[in-house]
Amino acid sequence: MFHTEDMEINMGPQHPSTHGVLRLKLQLDGEQIKDMRPVIGYLHRGVEKLCEHRTYAMIEPLTDRLDYVAAISENLGYCGAVETLMGLQIPPRAQYIRVVLAELQRIASHLLWLGTHALDLGAMTVFFYTFRERELILDLFEAFCGARLTYNSMRIGGLLEDVPRGWFDRVRHFLKIFPGRMQEYEDLLTVNRIFLGRTKGVGLLSAKDAIAYGVSGPPLRASGVNYDVRKALPYSSYDQFEFDVPLGSHGDTYDRYLVRMEELRQSCRIIRQALDRMPDGEVRAKVPKYIKPPAGEVYHVVESPRGEQGFYIVSTGGEMPYRVRFRAPSFVNLQALPVMCQGGLVADVVAVIGSIDIVLGDCDR
Amino acid sequence: MMEQIVIPILQVLIAVAVVPLLILYLQLVERKVLGFMQARLAPRRVGWHGLLQPVADALKLLTKEDTIPARADRFLFTLAPIVAVAPALAALAVIPIAGTPFTVFGYEVKPWISDLNIGVVYLLAVSSLGIYGTILGGWSSNSKYSLLGALRSSAQMISYEVPLGFALIGVMMLAGSASMVRIVEAQRSSGWWFVVPQILGFFCYFVSAVAETNRVPFDLPEAESELVAGFHTEYSGMKFALFFLAEYTNMIVVSSIVTIAFFGGWLRPFPNAEALAWLENGWVFFTPLVLAAFLGWLVGKRLGGNLMPMLIGGALGALLGFGIAVADPGGLASMRLPLLSGIFWFTLKVSFFLFAYIWFRGTYPRYRYDQLMQLGWKRLIPLSIGNVLLTGLVMLLLDRRA
Repeated sequence: MFHTEDMEINMGPQHPSTHGVLRLKLQLDGEQIKDMRPVIGYLHRGVEKLCEHRTYAMIEPLTDRLDYVAAISENLGYCGAVETLMGLQIPPRAQYIRVVLAELQRIASHLLWLGTHALDLGAMTVFFYTFRERELILDLFEAFCGARLTYNSMRIGGLLEDVPRGWFDRVRHFLKIFPGRMQEYEDLLTVNRIFLGRTKGVGLLSAKDAIAYGVSGPPLRASGVNYDVRKALPYSSYDQFEFDVPLGSHGDTYDRYLVRMEELRQSCRIIRQALDRMPDGEVRAKVPKYIKPPAGEVYHVVESPRGEQGFYIVSTGGEMPYRVRFRAPSFVNLQALPVMCQGGLVADVVAVIGSIDIVLGDCDR
Repeated sequence: MMEQIVIPILQVLIAVAVVPLLILYLQLVERKVLGFMQARLAPRRVGWHGLLQPVADALKLLTKEDTIPARADRFLFTLAPIVAVAPALAALAVIPIAGTPFTVFGYEVKPWISDLNIGVVYLLAVSSLGIYGTILGGWSSNSKYSLLGALRSSAQMISYEVPLGFALIGVMMLAGSASMVRIVEAQRSSGWWFVVPQILGFFCYFVSAVAETNRVPFDLPEAESELVAGFHTEYSGMKFALFFLAEYTNMIVVSSIVTIAFFGGWLRPFPNAEALAWLENGWVFFTPLVLAAFLGWLVGKRLGGNLMPMLIGGALGALLGFGIAVADPGGLASMRLPLLSGIFWFTLKVSFFLFAYIWFRGTYPRYRYDQLMQLGWKRLIPLSIGNVLLTGLVMLLLDRRA
């Protein structure tokens, strides 16, 4: 007699709000989602394989192309991994500058997330505001290393050069104006009833599920699990800074929003401390001209804006690594997407994708 | 013969020719205002401050390839944009833009096309026909995104039509008529705009009307982040332009209805207060406009064409002109221009509501489908029915009309 058919719909890979080339196969009952399967791999470039035929110094530019929204975090993680493998001591000034760069990168990445997330929910103005501030950070990066997206900003053993004259003052200037600008975003979103309706209780992820799926970064902390690599396994002198790890309680989209907003503030706090206590001295350790780490393997993790970014390197003592493996937070976090979207509506999918903040370059590698 | 047939036809032609032009520039205004709100410049390349941008856009749309997707229903696909735009333009027929007839070449011309005694009912009926354009367009495209968008919009527009109608019933009760002209006249005789006694009705009407026109925060049918472009995903070229035209015409129509039903149409503020009669004086609305434009231009030229100084300059000019007009140097206070005054106040009010539309777009995120339905059925409908009951009760107690 009468029957209704579920509609199968392809969201992506060309879609305005899948944040890149993510493809979602949705099974819809009207507007309700019955089943969802993320399909990835549209941006696979075989970076891990490429790394096996590059010297250690040549790999760093490749890491830029993984998570192109937060390239400095990738640089930091990769250099840290090689340095750990070689047992290098990094000069304190280089470590501090790396922290400043990484936290600026976190702010820039979170700003991009906030703008696109709000745009997905229909609030277009926030997008332009956040890009205005992101532009300031990109200018800082450009002054530091000449690039605006794929920085190749560090070198194994430290940095290529010290920061240009007056750069720290520019960072301070940014820190001075940024809280006021953040207030503008919050005025538009944090207490907006429509925004609350779209995000509260949407895309729930319990702490248990989050751990089971290996979720990391802000989505994990929004579910109430206190795990931040910067605190748990401090690298690049993060143990010398005071900062809080914001936690959520419900694990919904709104909590993930709040956690990231608080992270923006905490990043400013870290940068301020780093600038106040900036040590003098060299920015690069004594590194042999040809980098040949001893045979062995290393796994080094950093807290990228998206979560736990891991670098696993196997060396046989040659100029090139035997095997490189990246633990991509976007890839792991994406696995939890179907759990979060279960029983939601189509409109919730874009809200949830926005809130886990994936970068497909990172996910597909 | 002349007054029965020729003049109305000319009026219709003028309305159908002028409104699309207005809309082209309304869209430029929208982009400019949004740009201003979003800390960016908006169009500036084509013409001075982008003034020719609408022309360029229109040319682009006209010359674009007109695609019809394979396996689309060709007939309905072509019909849908026409069905969308025709009722929107038809609604303009009963909108009076001023109160006094004027003479052209010895013939009396009224500043409205038709003064139906059931104007409000006509408007409601005609505007609800526009839904067919959306549904047919979405369905005939043979695209899942379009279909989802069309389903959403049909549910949304039908739901919101109910509070829309109820909100206007309060006004009709107060005016004792459904004719747009009589509604405005009733506001003159009662001495206040109906927004005062009908504040609830105004609220219900405007919210429902924004939803009815599919604008932010109720733009679900074309939610670009979810459904790409909703029901008109597959449309291009002139067919797309017609949908676009329909949407913006509806915005103008809705703003006009709000103005007429709740804000006294062409009447000045406090239409009965003789102390404010100078508001109808030609000086008052003419001098500030000219001075505002002139000062805005001057300041903009001196300071490199930035929007903010131009706006401030314009505002200063308006204030200055206002001062001159009130001081009334030439004894022109007695020179009342009812027609120009009516058009001036009407345009001013309509512009404000159009601005509000753009303002919403710059501010709000989008509702979710279920939340939208809840707002409509659980909040607005009870509220608007309550408003009708309350209005009736108060009228009964005050015994204003038998």
